[in-house]
Amino acid sequence: MEQAAKDTYLLTMRHIDMFFPGVKALKDVSFNLKKGEIHSLMGENGAGKSTLVKVLTGVYQKTRGEIEFDGQVIAPKTPLESQKLGISTVYQEVNLCQNLSVAENIYIGREPKTAWGGIDWATMSERAAKLLNEKLGLSLDVNKTLGFYPVAMQQMIAIARAIDTQCKVLILDEPTSSLSDHETARLFEIMRSLKEQGISIIFISHFLEQIYTICDRITILRDGTYVGEYEVKNLKRIDLISKMMGKEISEGEIESNLDKATASSDVLVETSKVTVPGKVKDLSMQINKGEVIGLAGLLGSGRTEIAETLFGVLQKSEGSIKIDGTEISIKNPMSMMLNKIAFCPEDRKLAGIIGDLSVRENIILAMQAKDGMFRHMPRAKQNELADYYIKLLRIKVSDREQKISTLSGGNQQKVIIARWLATEPNLLILDEPTRGIDVGTKSEIEQLAVSLAKEKNMSVVFISGELGEEVRTCSRVMVIRDHEKVTELNGDEISTAHIMQAIAGDYHGHA
Amino acid sequence: MRNFISNLVASRFFQFYVTLVLFVILFGLGSVMFEGFFSPQVFLNLFIDNAPLIIVTVGITFTILSGFGGIDLSVGAVVALTCMSLAYLMRDTSLHPVVCMLLVLLIGLAVGTLNGFLITFFRLQPFIVTLGTMFLCRGLTAMISRDSVPIDNAFYGDLAFWSLPIGDCFLSLGALVAITVVIVASIVLKYTAFGRGVYAVGGNEQSARLMGLKADGIRWGAYIISGFCSALGGITYSWIMLSGYTQHGLGMEMDAIASSVIGGTQLLGGVAFIPGTLLGVMIQGTILTIISFQGTLSAWWTKIVVGILLCMFIVLQAMVNEHKNKLMNLKAESTKSKPKAKA
Repeated sequence: MEQAAKDTYLLTMRHIDMFFPGVKALKDVSFNLKKGEIHSLMGENGAGKSTLVKVLTGVYQKTRGEIEFDGQVIAPKTPLESQKLGISTVYQEVNLCQNLSVAENIYIGREPKTAWGGIDWATMSERAAKLLNEKLGLSLDVNKTLGFYPVAMQQMIAIARAIDTQCKVLILDEPTSSLSDHETARLFEIMRSLKEQGISIIFISHFLEQIYTICDRITILRDGTYVGEYEVKNLKRIDLISKMMGKEISEGEIESNLDKATASSDVLVETSKVTVPGKVKDLSMQINKGEVIGLAGLLGSGRTEIAETLFGVLQKSEGSIKIDGTEISIKNPMSMMLNKIAFCPEDRKLAGIIGDLSVRENIILAMQAKDGMFRHMPRAKQNELADYYIKLLRIKVSDREQKISTLSGGNQQKVIIARWLATEPNLLILDEPTRGIDVGTKSEIEQLAVSLAKEKNMSVVFISGELGEEVRTCSRVMVIRDHEKVTELNGDEISTAHIMQAIAGDYHGHA
Repeated sequence: MRNFISNLVASRFFQFYVTLVLFVILFGLGSVMFEGFFSPQVFLNLFIDNAPLIIVTVGITFTILSGFGGIDLSVGAVVALTCMSLAYLMRDTSLHPVVCMLLVLLIGLAVGTLNGFLITFFRLQPFIVTLGTMFLCRGLTAMISRDSVPIDNAFYGDLAFWSLPIGDCFLSLGALVAITVVIVASIVLKYTAFGRGVYAVGGNEQSARLMGLKADGIRWGAYIISGFCSALGGITYSWIMLSGYTQHGLGMEMDAIASSVIGGTQLLGGVAFIPGTLLGVMIQGTILTIISFQGTLSAWWTKIVVGILLCMFIVLQAMVNEHKNKLMNLKAESTKSKPKAKA
């Protein structure tokens, strides 16, 4: 029985460990691929999907474990080596050369040669056209440069290149993220026909719907560890979500211990049908004055992108954004600051703190930017502001001139929040404000969000991957999936179970 | 008609056509303005007078084409170093001139190898690396001799003055070498795996690596070719000058870059066409010829015209790229809207 199961696997990866300097990216991960199946690798961003694929294709080297492919133990050192074994990858970004012809892109590195050793262009074009036509059902001018064709077509060409090299395993890493629905359907047709030809496909996608449409089995990873391997038809969506997030669903859990803010009926920000290509899809929402609204969804579902759109980091291509009832055109973050919107980004080290400046300087930074470089704020005013917020947020510093890099993560986060509070915003967007912060400070920041809404009538957008946090602080939760708003949960409806059901697409109103 | 122009502009050879038309216009202008300009010998003189620049420009085109900010600033200095080495070897040693020429070709290969090694192995900026070797070679030239060293070897003189009669006209040995280099380079770029690899690496290095090309080796090869062409250009330069001097080939790298760009090479890499490069040099040569026929204008007018042309061509490249992007977007739109129309 054991032996029979083994024989059906084309590829097995056992107990794979992989280190980056200082970080363990994969811990004891296993992966089994049958011949002629479409197998999805699922997990949130950073779960280790891409790392595992890169170990398989020889981009990274595993530190421990064994890969068995087609009855042999393999350890590819380069992508070329794995390609020669029959493992090809098509990446999210089309990895072809825009300046070469379609035919060349398929055959470069193994061009057909004429008798005297030169590249045989006629044969190459002929073969390319035949390959595209027979395997993928495409007919196009293969002598044109690749850049002439739209991204979707380029993706197909990349697949053609991948499967022409006696490919046994085809890895598709987020191939659908830049494709339209029609193009995706076309890709699925091609995937099914490849499957019939006996090629195994590893399919990585954020879109749950697509996984359930096309895949046979799923392997789930979380934080670089192996969660399990499942038949798609036996795995409910809600279970998939809970396994990806690592949370069991328990109904009726009492999680709300804060006295939440109650929103006024005045609308502060209203968006209608806002679209940012590939990032935000058709978003219509309202943010009322004095409420804490949560954005919940898997990592990579588009939570941060929504925040960035509101703050003008991303530019919408369609739709409108109204603030206080008047439509505004967002050009850049500065124009949103002037509209009294503030944004604390997700990665405070990268996008937030300036380590070599003092706490005071970090606090007044946003205000100074808003006022313009040439309107200097008197030092006394600066000191007053800094002291006020240090006290308000209970930032633990020896004095306001301490360098911010010497503070703990939680206190740095508070300084950033103080910086934006100093601009006296009407809308404060907090993106993962509690990541990497100790538990005590976490609850302080949660309380702060609620009290700002209650006492200052400020609107707060609270983004967090910890559902419990959303449940505790938000008076309304918007659930995001695949860059789209799925549903909104209000008041009593808000619980971790409901949010997870909504992410899975199983939630249909309060029971 | 509109469609035809749109497709023409987006064509891979559009810039070559523009350069060709420009060359015909300039040559026609000279023919109309001056008696005796329109003759086969004046045309052939473009090859004879510019043989060193043609060869050097072909080499530098390989480096620009290979991407990663590719450039070879050392070419002019290598020309000077090879001329000086030739003069020195023939004056102070009894080596046969052919051996001397082989030796200086080795110098060119060595400089190219060093450039390529530093650029690919340490991933250093080609601009800085070749600036360094430029100073190095210029300095070495002065170390050999700070004064002009004449070449008076009889065999070498015969080579320099040898000519191939074509009807009533003739071509010098240097011009023949230059034409050979252009043909060989065109074939290498079009019909060899290495040549296509240079395009691929220049177009998208990461993709080229993932497609299994040895990107570093290919780029290194481009610099070795440039070094070799510089030395070969240096030999043809010495056939014109019959001397070695520290000031030989001064600023030649800039003329070569300008010619290459006017000939359609994109500085970002991945786009170049050797016949276009040749035309780029010949346009410069034609302007110079017009000025010499005119008789009163300073030769510096060449620089002015070339400067203006260069700026025009850069703008043209930007506009062509913009047009291509627009076409792309149109296509993407049309494929997206099709299924909706059907539904």
